[in-house]
Amino acid sequence: MALTVDERLEELWEEEPGLGSVLSTVDHKSIGKHYIYTAFAFFLAGGVEALLMRTQLARPDLHLIGPEAFNELFSMHGITMIFFFVTPMLFGFGNYFVPLLIGARDMAFPRLNAFGYWIFLFAGLFMYSSFLIGRAPNDGWFNYVTLSNHQFTPALNIDYYTLGLVFLGISTTVGSINFIVTILKLRAPGMSLNRMPLFVWAILATSFSVVFALPSLTMANVMLELDRRAGFNFFNVAKGGDAILWQHLFWIFGHPDVYIIFLPAVGIVSSIVPVFSRRKIIGYLWLALATMTTAIIGFGVWVHHMFATGLPTLSMAFFSAASMLITIPSAIQIFAWLATIIAGKPVFKTPFLFVLGFLFVFVIGGVTGVMFAAVPFDQQITDSYFVVAHFHYVLFGGAVFPIFAAIYYWVPKMWGHLLHEGLGKLSFWLIFVGFNLTFFPMHILGLLGMPRRIYTYHAGLGWDGYNLAASIGSSVLALGILVVLVNFLLYGLRRGAPAGPDPWGGDSLEWATSSPPPAYNFVEIPKVQGTEPLWDQPELRDIGFRARDVEMTLAEGHDTMGTTVVDAEPESVLTMPEATYTPIVTAFGISVVFVGFLTLLLPIIVLGGVIAIGGMMAWLRPKELPE
Amino acid sequence: MRLTTRARLMTGGALAGVVLLLSGCSRTTIQQDTLNPAGPAARKIDGLFWPVFWIAVVVFVLVEGLLVFAAIRYRHRPGRPMPQQIHGNKRLEITWTVIPALILLGVGGFTINGIFSLARKPTGNVLNLTVTGHQWWWEVQYPSQHFTTANELHIPVGRPVYLTLRAQDVIHSFWVPRLAGKQDMEPGRINHLTIQADAPGRYLGQCAEFCGASHANMRLRVFAQNEADFQSWVAGQEQLAQAPPAATLLIVQQKGCGGCHTINGVEGFGGIIGPNLTHFGSRTTFAGSTFPNNEVNLTNWLKNPPGVKPGADMPNLNLTPDEIKALVAYLEGNK
Repeated sequence: MALTVDERLEELWEEEPGLGSVLSTVDHKSIGKHYIYTAFAFFLAGGVEALLMRTQLARPDLHLIGPEAFNELFSMHGITMIFFFVTPMLFGFGNYFVPLLIGARDMAFPRLNAFGYWIFLFAGLFMYSSFLIGRAPNDGWFNYVTLSNHQFTPALNIDYYTLGLVFLGISTTVGSINFIVTILKLRAPGMSLNRMPLFVWAILATSFSVVFALPSLTMANVMLELDRRAGFNFFNVAKGGDAILWQHLFWIFGHPDVYIIFLPAVGIVSSIVPVFSRRKIIGYLWLALATMTTAIIGFGVWVHHMFATGLPTLSMAFFSAASMLITIPSAIQIFAWLATIIAGKPVFKTPFLFVLGFLFVFVIGGVTGVMFAAVPFDQQITDSYFVVAHFHYVLFGGAVFPIFAAIYYWVPKMWGHLLHEGLGKLSFWLIFVGFNLTFFPMHILGLLGMPRRIYTYHAGLGWDGYNLAASIGSSVLALGILVVLVNFLLYGLRRGAPAGPDPWGGDSLEWATSSPPPAYNFVEIPKVQGTEPLWDQPELRDIGFRARDVEMTLAEGHDTMGTTVVDAEPESVLTMPEATYTPIVTAFGISVVFVGFLTLLLPIIVLGGVIAIGGMMAWLRPKELPE
Repeated sequence: MRLTTRARLMTGGALAGVVLLLSGCSRTTIQQDTLNPAGPAARKIDGLFWPVFWIAVVVFVLVEGLLVFAAIRYRHRPGRPMPQQIHGNKRLEITWTVIPALILLGVGGFTINGIFSLARKPTGNVLNLTVTGHQWWWEVQYPSQHFTTANELHIPVGRPVYLTLRAQDVIHSFWVPRLAGKQDMEPGRINHLTIQADAPGRYLGQCAEFCGASHANMRLRVFAQNEADFQSWVAGQEQLAQAPPAATLLIVQQKGCGGCHTINGVEGFGGIIGPNLTHFGSRTTFAGSTFPNNEVNLTNWLKNPPGVKPGADMPNLNLTPDEIKALVAYLEGNK
């Protein structure tokens, strides 16, 4: 009996349902959802840590949480939010949507993709297992030496930090390389670079930033671990080491990381603004260029985290100028979005509200950012609560608001149900009001001289009221996040109205297939002719389920199409791998190796090495060639 | 002896002044407020802040106003046609790139001027001090006057004070917001900062670089005094301490206090790990300026230092109440 094309594709691509599929999947959509679930769990953990801190700081001279626990809380809050929430969350959306947006059937390296996820999960569990023995990292996410060296923090806290981040770095690196190759090689025919959706541009820029920035952090952590465990003296001042070296290495990674967090979020905003303004984005080229420029200049501004360390005046002047320069691409982006809204007819659905919230909050973070580039003023407010306020406006405003926008925008595509609009608006206002109530007073606290990272403060300095306001605000904010979660669990997963393929009237390819999309994404690989394919080419609107051109269905095997880097001309048919346990086994072996390094037990290291190498050999074993 | 009395009177006067200030409790007198500069460096920064602040306000109002206006004014209403689908406007795009660039150029000019002028080494009648950060207290040396104190700087009004900043263990940061911006103190490096106070008063500060368990309890105070008051304070500090009574001397020898602490003029007190305790009684606070210096607080401290200040290096010496009483009497008596 002859199968129709979509039945044939279904047979080729569908993975067996069940627990086995959760562990062995190589489908970018399943892995994307794994990422999003896991990252959201870490978000909740980091949020609980924040609420505990705000409770301790609500009144002066409280003794609810001692300094040791408080220091672990703020360290893990930063580590969690930056390394285990924002980036994995955005990578999750990237995983799910990049192949859909570029009209491909999967990521370029599906098994590597699964491997990256499992490493992320295991690294997160590794980092959090430190709480079980009461030795969570306690020297901040920035982990400055000499405090973090063995002389001053001899216990395992910092070994969890260094090893955990090196471990996680494997995941971020393979994920980024996978994005780069996918974006450059798997775009649908006709989607030349200058027609790529802006979210894809953003993921591309971010991935390049990761590849160049992360080695610096990894290197710093390896050096510190050698100092701590093997008698090296990179950072040991008494033996000729240098304490400032760590800060350079850390921020050479750390500042580009701000853009690694921010750029994909900006890509989300550029996706949502035109759809809800009901017109094409204004300044596509400027936005794409601004994305790349930001990523590049982002490597030249790290010293603005170090203006109080006593650097030569000339280098401060240089880095001050560079730091001011980087606001220009951000300004361009904001004006382009504003112009699009002005020239459009905006529809106030929840995703768009979160985008407006992002714009509002991010502009405040931007203008205070310029103040930090003014070096003398920076020397007054750096390491004060003004910084805490500023970077929450930039990172919560710049990344978390867009993440919520993305949840409301894309969850209907991913699970097939619309979220509840009333709850959505309620969650927006709770989050918006709670956020500003929490973080705006912190600007004033910083100006009133309150330093960061203190577990308590005396009354009488004028700080009490602002701290109380911030603590109350944090509860409102938490409530808003809870409403998002309830909305998702109740409506997103089951009760919500069916979303249909295209609930928003979208312009990009993910809306041309069913919600959720089939395992093979599109019955036919689309041929793209512009930046807004679904608006310009009505014939593409049902390309997810209807085949017109049998040539483009690639239904002969488990295949997707490879195209050229710049012009996306068809080049090859790529056979994609099937579900396999080799990535999780390899990742598990590597985890065991890291546990071995932590405990310094050679047998565990060897055992983990054997598992990892075994897993890799099974992974790399060539399939039997057909006769 | 006469000088000691004068110093005592002066400290009493300073304390009375503090009480007055506290009872007045006005913004201008006791806070760590960056917006209330009390010296040339802090004023220079304040002068840079306000123009940038007003530019920020204007940008904020314009952009947010435009955002809210656009979102409401141009929102989609049923029955309206889809908007025109044009892709951009080159003149507009260039304008919104050039305007921010020009604003930043202006801010950049002021900034670079500020960087160089604040970094200039002061000249004239300069007082040189060396401040060393420890976990979690400040060692303050008056090198030309040959004495060392802790947690409280006394400076003469109207004279530039050139600080040499060092760190003993981990990175700390010297920050007295009303006098100047902060400057990190790093092990193995030497940094400098110039502070100067316009008027007599007490200026509060706090360590601004995370430095471990008691980072929050690493505070400091700067007392700016008229030249004459300052000189008499210096004269008091230059005196040797009075020796403890024989019974007290026995306690400190048994407990080994001198292994960590120095008291100028008392034999066996030469330690440099903890604060120099000469004229301890003349200080208004102790233990990183965490506690007001009085008999009750000092008694609690000596009972169990890490119990009242988390992470404190000084161990619980299991002193008996009588021993504590003797030590408190001796330390507080050394004005």
